[in-house]
Amino acid sequence: MSILLDRASRVIVQGITGRMARFHTKDMLDYGTNVVGGVVPGKGGEMVDGVPVFNTVKEAVAATGADASLVFVPPPFAADSIMEAADAGIKYCVCITDGIPAQDMIRVKRYMMRYKREERMILTGPNCAGTISPGKALLGIMPGHIYLPGHVGIIGRSGTLGYEAAAQLKERGIGVSTSVGIGGDPINGSSFRDILERFEQDDETHIIAMIGEIGGPQEAEAAEYIRDHITKPVIAYVAGLTAPKGRTMGHAGAIISAFGESASEKVEILSAAGVTVAENPAVIGETIARVMKRAA
Amino acid sequence: MDIHEYQAKEILANFGVAVPSGALAYSPEQAAYRARELGGDKWIVKAQVHAGGRGKAGGVKLCSSESEIYEACDEMFGRKLVTHQTGPEGKGIYRVYVESAVPIDREIYLGFVLDRSSQRVMIVASSEGGMEIEEISAEKPDSIVRSVVEPAVGLQEFQAREIAFKLGFEAGLIQQMVRTLQGCYTAFWESDATMVEINPLVITGDNRVLALDAKMSFDDNALFRHPQISELRDKSQEDPRESRAADRGLSYVGLDGNIGCIVNGAGLAMATMDTIKLAGGEPANFLDIGGGASPERVTKAFRLVLSDSNVQAILVNIFAGINRCDWVAEGVVQALRELDIDIPVVVRLAGTNVEEGQRILAKSGLPIIRATTLMEAAERAVGAWQNDLTQATKVRAVK
Repeated sequence: MSILLDRASRVIVQGITGRMARFHTKDMLDYGTNVVGGVVPGKGGEMVDGVPVFNTVKEAVAATGADASLVFVPPPFAADSIMEAADAGIKYCVCITDGIPAQDMIRVKRYMMRYKREERMILTGPNCAGTISPGKALLGIMPGHIYLPGHVGIIGRSGTLGYEAAAQLKERGIGVSTSVGIGGDPINGSSFRDILERFEQDDETHIIAMIGEIGGPQEAEAAEYIRDHITKPVIAYVAGLTAPKGRTMGHAGAIISAFGESASEKVEILSAAGVTVAENPAVIGETIARVMKRAA
Repeated sequence: MDIHEYQAKEILANFGVAVPSGALAYSPEQAAYRARELGGDKWIVKAQVHAGGRGKAGGVKLCSSESEIYEACDEMFGRKLVTHQTGPEGKGIYRVYVESAVPIDREIYLGFVLDRSSQRVMIVASSEGGMEIEEISAEKPDSIVRSVVEPAVGLQEFQAREIAFKLGFEAGLIQQMVRTLQGCYTAFWESDATMVEINPLVITGDNRVLALDAKMSFDDNALFRHPQISELRDKSQEDPRESRAADRGLSYVGLDGNIGCIVNGAGLAMATMDTIKLAGGEPANFLDIGGGASPERVTKAFRLVLSDSNVQAILVNIFAGINRCDWVAEGVVQALRELDIDIPVVVRLAGTNVEEGQRILAKSGLPIIRATTLMEAAERAVGAWQNDLTQATKVRAVK
């Protein structure tokens, strides 16, 4: 089993009639993802690439048995769409949208508390590239061909830097169990720690790669969790060694505003927790290969 | 987005936070006139710039006569104020705020921030007002009081009372402090702020709780629903290159190095900067061209990077998922032809349509240095820059 997403996942796309959403829906279908429907209020009854469109997520779930959703809705409406998915019984939701107000995400997180933990929808993103279980299913916008199926679990805040890591692995013939983008926003659905917990329990994942960056407490929180609870080898890279303090580096969440949020501090904290840190982005693949060999 | 102190005070006052009486001035004459209007015999003249640490840098002056106000203003207007938060280039002073001076009994630090651990709004307060919060955390960590607000119901009175009592407020002042805290929280929440900082919040000699200074920052992603706040944007306080980039949908941060970077994705952009450093160079900028970049957007990115006169080589690093290498390559070719670029340009393409992209670069006949991996790209950019530099020195030596 892979985590969060596999061949059996029944996927809907919220906002499916948008230009980018159409493009990526086709990509996901081509990859073999079981896309069963789309949701756009007021466009129920239309078809996109042979996929039926519904007015509400509840209708889509009732008609198709969907359990996963990809949110491709513009920023002002994205939070509402995520909550709609949670309320309709979707189990796993990826939100791609970049630019959602932080306060909307605070509301989303608070809203989700109304569901018991075991019944609560898992959200990854927003502002991420999505999740892929190579050879099984793709729920996102990443180029599927750069991932080989295998046993490395990847968790990353950045999309393209995640591609870089996957490509370095592919070059060495190393595959990925699941790659999860947790996104570049300050308030996100799942943290490194949340996904680490899932990879630890996943038989198919033998080694975990964490791709972090400056800003926020989640790498440090993950370090503590790894030290106490993770038995699998973990390697990490943290981007932004050359980033100045107090400046937002593209991602809304990539800003050093407190102690422990710079790349060098994060590297230190992760190393102290027993994580093997790749010193630069060009050696992520090489570092994973080395640790795998040692573990074998 | 940041705003000025006087603007933050106006917003906070609308939510019931007490502030000293004051008025804005665009010239020394106006400042003196404002002081006369305010009355009294002591005023504070405060430079309005988007940065903290103004006091130590000479941006806040206590004046007790009109001539002192003129003098203070003459030293401020048109000058760049350099504080520990502005960087060496400083920020221009084009407006000052004139305030009635108040007798101060106690100074409190009060901040509202988005706490990323609890994913909620957190109140941070300390009885050690007047110091920077970083100093307080380092030197007097025990003086810090923290409280997290439940977003569904907002800040409750009991929480505000707890904070006030922990800060050592006398019973007679508790209600004023509760009103101040609730006013700040409501202002924060209603306006999609990411930060409200009042440092110091003071208790005056006549027992009033007043916000002596105020800073507010707002969530750029939420400005679409606050047109009246968007209007407070002051471009004179921004790096002109960064504002120009933002207006063009590009995310740019200027740095001190000389290798310009054009990259897609924030994480990869940071990683590219790191690799340049590792290869022995210094990045000149952070630049994320975003997804679905057209050739035109790539050309704009070149223009932007070249507007920094320190740039002596350019590294383009694209890992295309949502992007297309062929479009990026067309953009690179177009930029080199249009902009008459005479510094080395290194291009690394990977991902969607990479073969087509490479073909376009090769066919152009332009002196583009190509690379396949990230490390190779960084090494070639740094190498080409050093080479170029040596040649330039030689040419100069011959001359």
